[in-house]
Formats: sequence, C-alpha cells, structure tokens
Amino acid sequence: MLKKLFIFTIVMFGFGYALVPFYDKFCEVTGINNLLQPDVLTKETQVDTSRWITVELDANTRGLPWQFRPLQSSVRIHPGEPVDVMYEIRNDSDREINGQAIPSYSPRSLEKYLRKFECFCFTKQVLKPNEVRQMPVQFIIEPGIPADINTVTISYTFFELPSGAKAIKDN
Amino acid sequence: MAAVQDHGHSHGHDDHHPTGIMRWITTTNHKDIGTMYLWFSFAMFLVGGTLAMGIRAELYQPGIQILEPELFNQFTTLHGLIMVFGAIMPAFVGFANWQVPMMIGAPDMAFARMNNWSFWLLPVAATLLVVSFFVPGGAAAGGWTFYPPLSTQGGLGVDMMIFAVHILGASSIMGSINIITTILNMRAPGMTMMKMPLFVWTWLITAYLLVLVMPVLAGVVTMLLTDRHFGTSFFNAAGGGDPVLFQHIFWFFGHPEVYIMILPSFGIISEVIPAFSRKPLFGYSSMVYATASIAILSCFVWAHHMFTAGMPVTGQLFFMYATMLIAVPTGVKVFNWTATMWRGSMTFETPMLFSIGFIFLFVIGGFSGVICAIVPIDIQVQDTYYVIAHFHYVLVSGSLFAIFAGIYYWLPKWTGRMYNETLGKWHFWLSMVFFNITFFVQHFLGLAGMPRRIPDYALQFADFNMISSLGAFGFGLTQLFFLYIVINCIRSGEKAPQKPWEGATTLEWTALPTPAPYHSFETPPVVK
Ligand code: HEM
Ligand SMILES: [Cu+2]
Repeated sequence: MLKKLFIFTIVMFGFGYALVPFYDKFCEVTGINNLLQPDVLTKETQVDTSRWITVELDANTRGLPWQFRPLQSSVRIHPGEPVDVMYEIRNDSDREINGQAIPSYSPRSLEKYLRKFECFCFTKQVLKPNEVRQMPVQFIIEPGIPADINTVTISYTFFELPSGAKAIKDN
Repeated sequence: MAAVQDHGHSHGHDDHHPTGIMRWITTTNHKDIGTMYLWFSFAMFLVGGTLAMGIRAELYQPGIQILEPELFNQFTTLHGLIMVFGAIMPAFVGFANWQVPMMIGAPDMAFARMNNWSFWLLPVAATLLVVSFFVPGGAAAGGWTFYPPLSTQGGLGVDMMIFAVHILGASSIMGSINIITTILNMRAPGMTMMKMPLFVWTWLITAYLLVLVMPVLAGVVTMLLTDRHFGTSFFNAAGGGDPVLFQHIFWFFGHPEVYIMILPSFGIISEVIPAFSRKPLFGYSSMVYATASIAILSCFVWAHHMFTAGMPVTGQLFFMYATMLIAVPTGVKVFNWTATMWRGSMTFETPMLFSIGFIFLFVIGGFSGVICAIVPIDIQVQDTYYVIAHFHYVLVSGSLFAIFAGIYYWLPKWTGRMYNETLGKWHFWLSMVFFNITFFVQHFLGLAGMPRRIPDYALQFADFNMISSLGAFGFGLTQLFFLYIVINCIRSGEKAPQKPWEGATTLEWTALPTPAPYHSFETPPVVK
C-alpha cells in the first residue's frame, strides 16, 4: 500500500511536468498560441480596397542593452494586401547577446486575422558588439477583420536569452 | 458501557513513553499527534489572522496609512498561504489523526513513525514563511497563487516560500498516504466500507485528492525554482515558456485543493447534524457518492479561475458548465443535511449551531461560486472583492465553522471535560454576526468594481470598507475568546460523561470511555 501510493505520488509529480509538452502540443494543434510560427499563404486572399486600416508599429526592449525601433511608426494598408515593414536593432554593448522578440497584438482579436509569413521573431537574434541589423516583417491582415477595427497595433519586445539557450522553439 | 480496550497496567509500552517535551517530539501516538496538529493550526490561525487584521486596518480608510504597498502585498500573500496551508489543512489532518482510528476501531495510524515526521515538517515550513518577512526584500508578495512573472522575480522571500510549499506538500502527502492505508487496512471486523462514518469517508476521498494533486503543486513550484535559478524557461515568454501555463498547472492543483479544504468539513457536519437531530443521516450512500463525484468533477474545472487569462470560447463554455455541474452533488448534500434535521428532535448546542451556520453560509458561498462560474459575469468580477467574498463564505463560514463545530463536538472526548455551553454559544453568535459584517459587504464592493490585493481604493468604497474592517476586528477578537473557551474547558471544565451527546452513534462515543484513553482499541471492537 505504502509503495503503491508512493509510486503514484511520483507519477503525479511527473504528470505535472508532462503537462508542459502537452500544453505546447495542445496550443499548437488547436492554433491557440502560434505567435512564433510562420503562417502559410493558403489561397489568394481578396484585397478589400474599400477599407483602410492603420497599423501602428511598436518596439520595446526589456533587460538588454539594445536599440530597437521600427523604421516607420505606422503604415496604412488595405485588408488582404501583403505588407512589408522594417525593424532595426542595434547592440549598444560590447558583448555578444542573444535576443528573442515576443509579439503582442492589440486589439486581442487581431491575432485571428493576422497572417505573418516572415518575422525576426521566428528565431533568436544574435548581435555582436555594436552590430546593427535591419529585419523585415511580412504579413497580411485578412479581410474578415471586423468592420469597426480601423487601427491595430503590432508590438514586439526583445528579451535577452540566457547565453547558450537555444532559440525559442527549435526552429 | 464498558471500554473495549485494556485499561490496566499490563501493557508495557503504556507506561514507557517519554515525558515532558520529548514526549511530544518523539511521539508516534495518533492522539498526541492530532493534538499537536490542532494546536499548530490554531497558532497559524492566529498568525494568519494577525496579517488579516493588518490588511483590514490598512483598508479601514482610503489612502495609505499603516502598510506600504509592498508590505501590504506581502501581508495578503502570506495571509492566504498561512491560512490555507498552515491553518485549515493541518486542522483537518489533526481531526483525522484523532478521529479516524477511533471511528473505525483501529489502535493507531498505519505508519506511526511517518505520522510523526509529517507533523514535524510543519513547524519548519511555518518558520520559513514567517521568517521570510525579515529577509532583504521581504516575504513573497505576488499573491497566494504566486503567478509568474511576479514569482520569478522577487527575492529570497520567494525562495523561502517555494521551499516552504515543498515541505508542506511533502507533509500532506505523507499524511494522506497514512490516512488512506489506515482506512483501507485497519478497520475493525464488521466495519465495512459502507458502514464507515461519513467523516472517515470524506477523509478517504480527500486523501486521494491530496496524493493526486499535491505532487503537481510540488512540480509547478519546482519549475518556478528552476526558472528562477537554473536558467529554465517554463514560464518565461522570452525563453519559449508561457506564464499562462503556470496558471493551468497551478489551478489543476488549486481547484481540487479548495475541495480538499471543504470535504472533511462536509464529513464533520455529517456527524454533527445527525447527532443533534437524533436521527440517522438521511441518504448515507448518496452522501458517499456525492462526495466522490465532487472529488472527481473538481479535477475538470480548474480553468474557471482563468476566464480572463485568454481562452477560446469553447474552453470557457466547457469550464463554465463543468463548474456549474459541481453544484449538483453539493446540492444533494445540502438537501440531505436538511432532510436529516427534518422532524428530528433537535437541540442546539454549540456544535449544532456552528453546523447550521455552516449550512446557511456555505450555501451563500456556493451560490456566489456559481455566479462566478458564469463567464460573462466572471469577466466583470474576476479579481474583485466579489471573489474574496465568495471564497471567504466557503472557507471561513465553511471550513472554519466546520472545524469549530468539530472541536466543540469532540472536545469532551479528547479532554474528558465539557466546554462552557454559554460561552460556546456566545462564540458562535459573535462569529456569525462579525463574519457577515466583514464579508457580506464585500459582495457589494466587488460588484462595484473594487479590485482585490490593492492597498488603496476609490472614495466611493470607503463606507463598506470601514464596515468590513470593523467586522473583521470583531471577528478576530472573537477567536481569542475561543482560545479562552478551550483553555477554560481543558483546565476547569466539568467532567464529561462517556457520551455527552445523546444522539451520537459512532464508536468513539459508544465503545470508549471519556476521555479517550492514550491507547484505544488494542483489541478491535466488533461492529455489527
Ligand atoms: C458550488 C461550488 C463552487 C463553485 C461553483 C465555485 C466557483 C468558483 C469560481 C468560478 C471561482 C473563480 C472566480 C474568479 O477568480 O473570478 C472561484 C474562486 C475561488 N473559490 Fe470557489 N466555487 C465553489 C466552491 C468553493 C469551495 C467549496 C471553496 C473552498 C472551500 C472555494 C474556494 C475558492 C477560492 C479560494 C477561490 C479564489 C481563488 C483565488 O483567486 O485566490 N470555492 N470559485
Ligand atoms: Cu475553483
């Protein structure tokens, strides 16, 4: 009895850890949390030229000595139209640093309509001392986006990755 | 009635337990250990209560008067942790230690030495928690649910809290393994499962819940620890982790945990109500099944704590309906208690008063729980005082009132003396009144939008907060009065007869003298 219950305890401890990959898989399969995966362009989306949407671009760093900014603070686009924007990072320190950008969208429902094909957030970025890099983001906003949304914000925050850490997902 | 066990001096080991402090440190006797659990949890209740007084004193008026925001956060965090893990849970384990062997006719707990260890871990953990106030950076301040990122930041105090949670978890797991084995293997002949007193049943199911979810809590705090110190990124977005994942794992433990704190009180109430209604419990087997289904369901509702954390509508709907489903077996229980009282020849001694108070107020808490479970409402009230009101109705007027009921009920058996009935009634009525003054108004505060865990508030909340604080001070003082009642009973209470409660039917009353002898049921009683 003691042994059985003890083993059960250990199993449940392991179960707690097993929830981590399970959660990742669950989010991946259901598409709940795929901020860091490129989307694939399935079919030609119709461009809705009758609508304009303003996309505000925002850039932040947290805890690492980098300059990070978009080259244009906002763009005006049509839903369905492919868009290219540029961001720039510069390492102000004299050491090599790994950084990872994490996106965040506003309004929250934007996530459903945003398709990103190319983004610097899909991989970690490694900057040598004083290195500067310009990086594109390529996306469309699907025409299905509710009509009352005229302005959206795409925001990135760069975090330092512990040295030696792999990229965020192994891609 | 004659005692079943041998009362003489023929048992060698009867006389050979050490005396003084060593008796308590080395004891493996379930009654000694039960007593220590109960006193420990009372001490923690006072510590946690002192923190609560600090919180309410700060909230007495708008503005910051006595606690700096950082310290206020430490107070709310440690208040929650200490009350949950230090006061309520150990109190129930104390009851289990005293009562389970006596109620099933066993001589002691199955693993007596382990029983001693699981108790002595507690003071270590408690010391860690209390001392953490005095280390640089102070105690953990991210709430008793210690969500990251706050808990992956924070100083030494957070590490001490993590370590304390580990220790408390280990203690509960050992305690539960002990309780399960005792109940399954050590019942007296004839004590079939479906003859066990309901208190024993509820503890059996609680103990299973504990071994199910406590290791998960241990796992999640270990992840926090490695995130903090060993470069992992379970909950760190920058490293590929996800802070929301923490909430899922925490509440996978956390919701069953709230039932761990209420099921044993269902057990106590199910002993007290029949005794003072002088009728057998109505619907015994449905009580057992209801308890089991509550326990099983409680493992599938955790995300009702996370409706605003970002979840697809399908998820919200699933957890909403699953949560509401729990109200069904809970309703069965309330129905059965009421039906037990129906046409019983009731008397209203203190244990009964606390039990009836329990039913009234727990039902209010259950209702506000169902209201919180409704997604569109919860999105409004999440993290407001409405939630605070909800869970104090189920925890204070639920678990704590049941603990009081149980203490008054069994105190004669434990100490051999009666408590003072008049004082007991005073304790009940004062608790009842002050409790409601404190927490009822918090429903209004929450609905009006006052957020929890914030030391200051907008002026329109001032009146209700003042009322609530006054109630809280009254409630706090009343509990000191309870301490007096217990000490008074132990030192100068009238001698209690073997069975002071006419309607009591369980073994500890019918087959053992009062006070219960140090060793009971060395020859098992035969249950017909
Ligand atoms: C009919 C039964 C119950 C239902 C439907 C229910 C439902 C809920 C819901 C939906 C919440 C989340 C509210 C929010 O954060 O917005 C909640 C919070 C809570 N409930 Fe219950 N509940 C029930 C019974 C209980 C019981 C019996 C206990 C404990 C003895 C309990 C303890 C708690 C605690 C401690 C919290 C707050 C946790 C926190 O955020 O700090 N509940 N309940
Ligand atoms: Cu819950």
